[in-house]
Amino acid sequence: MQLKQLILFILGKMVKMFILLAALCLLSFWMVSNSPVDPVQAYVGADMMLVGPEQLERISAYWGVDKPPIEQFGRWASALLQGDLGTSMIFRRPVASIIKERFFASLILMGLAWTLSGLVGFALGIVAGMKQNTWVDKAIKSYCLILASTPTFWLGLILLIIFAVWLNWFPLGLAVPAGVLTENVRLIDRIHHLILPALTLSVLGVANIALHTRQKLVEVLSSEYVLLARARGASETEILWRHGIRNIALPAITLQFASLSELFGGSVLAETVFSYPGLGRATVQAGLRSDVPLLLGCVIFSAVFVFSGNLIADTVYRVVDPRIRHKDGAV
Amino acid sequence: MALNQSVLSVNELTVSFRQYTRGLRQIELTVITGLSAEIQPGKILAVIGSSGSGKSLLAHAILGILPSNARVTGTMAYDGEELTAERQVKLRGREIAFIPQSVNYLDPLMKVGAQVRASIKDNKKEVQRDIFARYHLDSQVENLYPFQLSGGMARRVLVSGAMVSDARLIIADEPTPGLHPEIVEEALTHLRQLADEGRAVMLITHDVGAVLNVADYIAVFYAGTTVETAPVKDFAGKGEALRHPYSKALWKALPQNDFIPVSGFQPSPGDLPLGCLFSPRCPMASRECFESRPLERELRGGKVRCYHAT
Repeated sequence: MQLKQLILFILGKMVKMFILLAALCLLSFWMVSNSPVDPVQAYVGADMMLVGPEQLERISAYWGVDKPPIEQFGRWASALLQGDLGTSMIFRRPVASIIKERFFASLILMGLAWTLSGLVGFALGIVAGMKQNTWVDKAIKSYCLILASTPTFWLGLILLIIFAVWLNWFPLGLAVPAGVLTENVRLIDRIHHLILPALTLSVLGVANIALHTRQKLVEVLSSEYVLLARARGASETEILWRHGIRNIALPAITLQFASLSELFGGSVLAETVFSYPGLGRATVQAGLRSDVPLLLGCVIFSAVFVFSGNLIADTVYRVVDPRIRHKDGAV
Repeated sequence: MALNQSVLSVNELTVSFRQYTRGLRQIELTVITGLSAEIQPGKILAVIGSSGSGKSLLAHAILGILPSNARVTGTMAYDGEELTAERQVKLRGREIAFIPQSVNYLDPLMKVGAQVRASIKDNKKEVQRDIFARYHLDSQVENLYPFQLSGGMARRVLVSGAMVSDARLIIADEPTPGLHPEIVEEALTHLRQLADEGRAVMLITHDVGAVLNVADYIAVFYAGTTVETAPVKDFAGKGEALRHPYSKALWKALPQNDFIPVSGFQPSPGDLPLGCLFSPRCPMASRECFESRPLERELRGGKVRCYHAT
C-alpha cells in the first residue's frame, strides 16, 4: 500500500516534469530565436572581414538557421524525441557528449561544495541554536548574513586575488594544468584546481542551511517536549541528541536537496570566474554565442537536475517522516 | 499543617522576567508575586487560577526549568531542606515528577516507548513494559508515534513517563481545555490514587468544579500569588466559609452557583498595583489595601492574604 502510494507520487511528479520540460524548451527556443546575437556572426567572430556573403549564407544553410524559427524548433524537437540533442555549433561535437563531459566536471565541483556546505552549515546552525543569544550565536549569525549577501562571482574574485595571486597557493583557473596531456594529469593536480571554486561555491551555501538549522533548533528547544525532557532530568546534550537532531535533520536534508537550483546557479558564476570547464560555463558560452542546440541541451539538463533535487527532497520526507509515512495508520 | 511534615514548601516565591522594550528601556514583568504553598504526603493541593495567570510557571519554578531570563527570589524547601538549583537538577525526574497533559509534550518524531525509556536509568525495556502494562497500554503502543495515540492513551503515556521513578512529589499541569470529560475524570481519579499511596500531589488547573472531589486543599491563584489556601470542604454552599473576596467571587461565578462574573480583569504582570493585587477589583478595599500588600496569615484552618478577611 505504502509502496504503491510512493510510486504513484513519483509517477505524478514525472508527468509534471515532462510538462515543465516541454514548456521550458518552447520558451527558451523562442527567447534564443529573438536574441540579437546572430549565430553565424558569433561563430565567425573577428574573421568577419575575411568571409564573403555567399560563405555566410552557406554556413547558415548548413546549420539550418536560415529556416523560419518554427521549422527549426520542429526539426530540433523531433530529433530530441529520438534522443538526439543535436550538434554544438561552437564545439562541433554532439551536444550529448559535451554535456556528459562537462557535467562530470561540474558534478565533482558541485558535489564537493554541496557536501561541504551541508555539513559545515548544519554544524554551525546547531552551535548557534544551542548557544542562542550568546556571542557565539551572534558571530555565526552575522557571518551567515554577510555570506548570504555576498555575490558568488565577487567572492570568487576575492579568493582568486588572495590565494592565487598574492599567496600563489592555488592556480588561477581551469581544471587541469595548462600544457599537460590528459593522461599525464595527476589526481592531485585536479584536486588542486578544484579547491578554490569548490570553496567559493560552498561558502555561500553554508549561510542558508546554517540559519535555517539554527531557527529550527531554537524552535525545537522551546517546544513543550523539550521542556518535559528537562523536567525529567535530561541534560542539554541528551536533549540535542534525542530530540534536537531528530527534529532538525529532516528539514535540513530537504533544504539541502532543494538548494540544488541555487547551487547550479552559483556554479555558472563560479565556473566562469575560475574558467572551470563545467556545465555552467558551457551554458554561458552557448548563450553568448547563440549556440542554440548546446544552450537548449544545457537548459534541459539543468532543469532535470534541479527537478531531481526537489523530487528527492519531497520523497525523503515521505519515506522518513512517520507522520506522512503512516498517514492512514492511526490505531 | 506542620512545616516539618511538608514534602514541599514554597515561601514568598517571586518570579519575574526582564524584558527590553523600545530602545534600551527595561521592564520587569512579575509573573509570580510572593507566593507561598505547602504540600504534605498523601495530600492533593489543587492550585486554581484563570488561564494565563502564570500558574504553569509555578510548576516550572519548582522544577527549575524556567527560561534563563527569569529571576527567582524567595525560598523553596523539599523535605525540609532548601531546594537549590543543584538539588532541582538532581531531584527532577527522580523524586519530583512532572505530568503534563497535552500530547504536545511528546516528541512528534519519536516512538512513545523510546520516549518513556529515555527517563529510565536501568533495565529500560523491562521497566517501560511493566509501566505500560500497569497503565493498560497495549504492548504495540510503544511502537507508535504520538500522532497515532488517542487523547486518553497520550495521557497515560505521559503518566507512565512520570512514574518510571518512584516519585514522592508529583506536579500535574492542567488538563488541556477541550479534553474529553471522561479522560479528565480518569486523570483526576488516578492522581487521587497516587496521593493515597502516600505521594504529595500538586495539581495545577483552571477548573474548580473538576477538582472538588479529589483535592484536599485548594489554593486560589490570582495575579501571580495564592490569595487563599483552604480545605476543600470550604468550597461549598454560597462560599460563606471562604476567606478571600476573590475566592468568594470566583466560587459565585461558577455556572452551578450564582454564575455572576467577577467584574474587571487581572492586572498585567508589567503593571501590578502597589497594594493588594486584588484591590482594584475588590468591593471591600480600603485605604490600607491600596497602600501595602497584606501578608499571608492563618485563619480558620486556612491561609489568606487579606486585611479584611474574617
